[in-house]
Amino acid sequence: MFQKIIEKINLKYPIDVVSKKSDKLMFLTVHKNTAVNTVQYLKDDLGFKHLVLLTAVDFLEQGKFQLTYLLNNPDIKIDIGVRVLIERESATMESAHSLWPTIATYQRELREMFGIDFPDSPGVNDEFILEGWNNTPPYRRDFDTKAFAANFYHQRNSRENNDPSAHMKKNLYPNE
Amino acid sequence: MSLEDLYRKTTISPDGEEFEINPIEDYFCTDKPEEVKPVQNILEKFYNWARSESIWILGFGTGCGAIEMRPLMTPRFDAYRYGIQWRPTPRQANLLIISGYLSTKTLKRVIRVYEQMQNPKYVMALGSCTINGGMYFDSYNTIKRLDYYLPVDVYVAGCMPRPEALLAGVVKLKTLIKTGMAEGANDYANRFDWYKTNQKAVILNWDMPDYNW
Amino acid sequence: MGEKILYAFISVFLTINYGFLLNGLIRKIYARVGRRHGIPFYQMYIDLLKSLALRTNIRHGVMFYLGPVFRFTGGIGLFLFMPVIFGSELFANFSFSGDLLLLLSFQFFGTLGMALGASESGHPNSAIGVTRGLAQMTAVEVPFVMALMAIAVQYQSISLHEIVAAQQGGITNWTLFTNPLAVVAGMLAVLGSFMRPPFDVVLAPQEIPIGPPTEYHSNYMVYLQSNRAIYPLAKSILIMNLFFGGATSFGEMMLKTFLVIMWSVFVGVSFPRFRVEQSIRWFLGIPLIIGVLAIVYVQFFLN
Repeated sequence: MFQKIIEKINLKYPIDVVSKKSDKLMFLTVHKNTAVNTVQYLKDDLGFKHLVLLTAVDFLEQGKFQLTYLLNNPDIKIDIGVRVLIERESATMESAHSLWPTIATYQRELREMFGIDFPDSPGVNDEFILEGWNNTPPYRRDFDTKAFAANFYHQRNSRENNDPSAHMKKNLYPNE
Repeated sequence: MSLEDLYRKTTISPDGEEFEINPIEDYFCTDKPEEVKPVQNILEKFYNWARSESIWILGFGTGCGAIEMRPLMTPRFDAYRYGIQWRPTPRQANLLIISGYLSTKTLKRVIRVYEQMQNPKYVMALGSCTINGGMYFDSYNTIKRLDYYLPVDVYVAGCMPRPEALLAGVVKLKTLIKTGMAEGANDYANRFDWYKTNQKAVILNWDMPDYNW
Repeated sequence: MGEKILYAFISVFLTINYGFLLNGLIRKIYARVGRRHGIPFYQMYIDLLKSLALRTNIRHGVMFYLGPVFRFTGGIGLFLFMPVIFGSELFANFSFSGDLLLLLSFQFFGTLGMALGASESGHPNSAIGVTRGLAQMTAVEVPFVMALMAIAVQYQSISLHEIVAAQQGGITNWTLFTNPLAVVAGMLAVLGSFMRPPFDVVLAPQEIPIGPPTEYHSNYMVYLQSNRAIYPLAKSILIMNLFFGGATSFGEMMLKTFLVIMWSVFVGVSFPRFRVEQSIRWFLGIPLIIGVLAIVYVQFFLN
């Protein structure tokens, strides 16, 4: 089944890496320029009508973002994830809102949380969850969440430590 | 409503006439809250008894703890026995339960709701998230201690506290009201500037008036 | 005239207290049906005290004040222009001054008053809330007026006092036995004005946090709650006078109104809620047909 699908896609668009996870799930890595076209081909011609999700992974060391379009074919009950690597610096990706209107919401979230821009996606620059955020996008790995929370929000001081070993060390064996 | 809508601006009426509007003054009351000092007499004690026996909770859940409020209405816990009822609007309610973690986005709405409630008003905070951040201690988006932003009368510890703990918190609140110690509304009015400074420190886009009614 | 006003005050006072306790009892019944212990039966009084004890309140203009006052006037007015106890001077109120048509207009008075008050409060959803209430009220009135007209034709009078007088002298003289079709239509229609399930979506505050009473609190709330005590009671007194031969003593009045209200409570605990358009369709169906049949019956068979 997967072999047929891969052959069909390969006739039109190049596939870099194929990673088969199980009989029901497979991931394809494609070029940035042909990614949306591949997704459209899967949707229109191969029956992958359902967009499960669009998500991103931050590969800080390689300087890349990996976007995953997870698609589902409800007829043969198979999932295919289309992966695409984009540059981390001034990250931009082609919008796919002409395929599914709902994808605009995912793109809005990615814009806010990762700072990936999707030009022409409707409402992509509107606030999604964070209101008035003026820092590094919080899902980027170079954003230090713990340090930010410690500096930004009022903290309650932690209680006195009553850990038994520390207590015994302090009271019974102060010299060791 | 966005930030720009609140500022003074000129609009053109359907007749083509130009006039100036200032939404903050037109739609909102700009006065600060005022302290209403309770008169210490027998009538106030009687009123305090009535307030403690008729607690109206605002049906507003902020975090996962909202799910713990629902069983209170069911036969097993039956909070109605204690004179507790749920009201749909902040005008009529006098107990605001902050049920769990508060993101700054929700905090903004909670502040608006709290300020719309009328003077004897009480706040109960559920869960460790409202006490010291709980499991969200390192989150970029949730506050860590509620009493910097709103006057809290009762904390109920736990993650999440069970409905029994909630009922115990309400009973504790009742004794506080009866002894006249639950004066959160007056505390809010007295230390208004301190509360506002703290609130504005974490709410980055403050697109509302300083005091919502 | 002076003592008549005093008597009116006494009867309103007694009836409001009876209404509060009855409402508490009904809530207790609802709780026990749901296997709960339930709220204390005197909780209404504590709620009133609590509302009065609020230290601050919010004003929205003159009509905002008048809304609850109109609502309360609707309940009181309905009550005052009826003979509560037949033959008693203390509870006769002003029943000689009004007739059925006046009572019908008083039923609408409260809702219209709320419409004016709620629109003044500036709540964006108050208009839709009031519209739903008025739409259902109108649908309730249609079969109810059919029943009223059947009775008016039957007794050749629209004075409630004369209708009650005609039913005296034995249980077989009641409208229930002389004109059962009108009673069925009237009893089905009146379910809609007791503010209980299945017809209380228009005001159910927990389900729909919108609508007219959203902005009302403190003293305004006291007015609305007092109206909720007296209005169903006034309505059940009207039913008692029309269908069940009126009352000649306070005990008889309490028993009969209690049974009439229990009718709505039994229906309320047994059936789930209708949406507004469903309840309108229901009122304009079976009750209306029975009401029309009642008029036909009176016109062609009774006289």
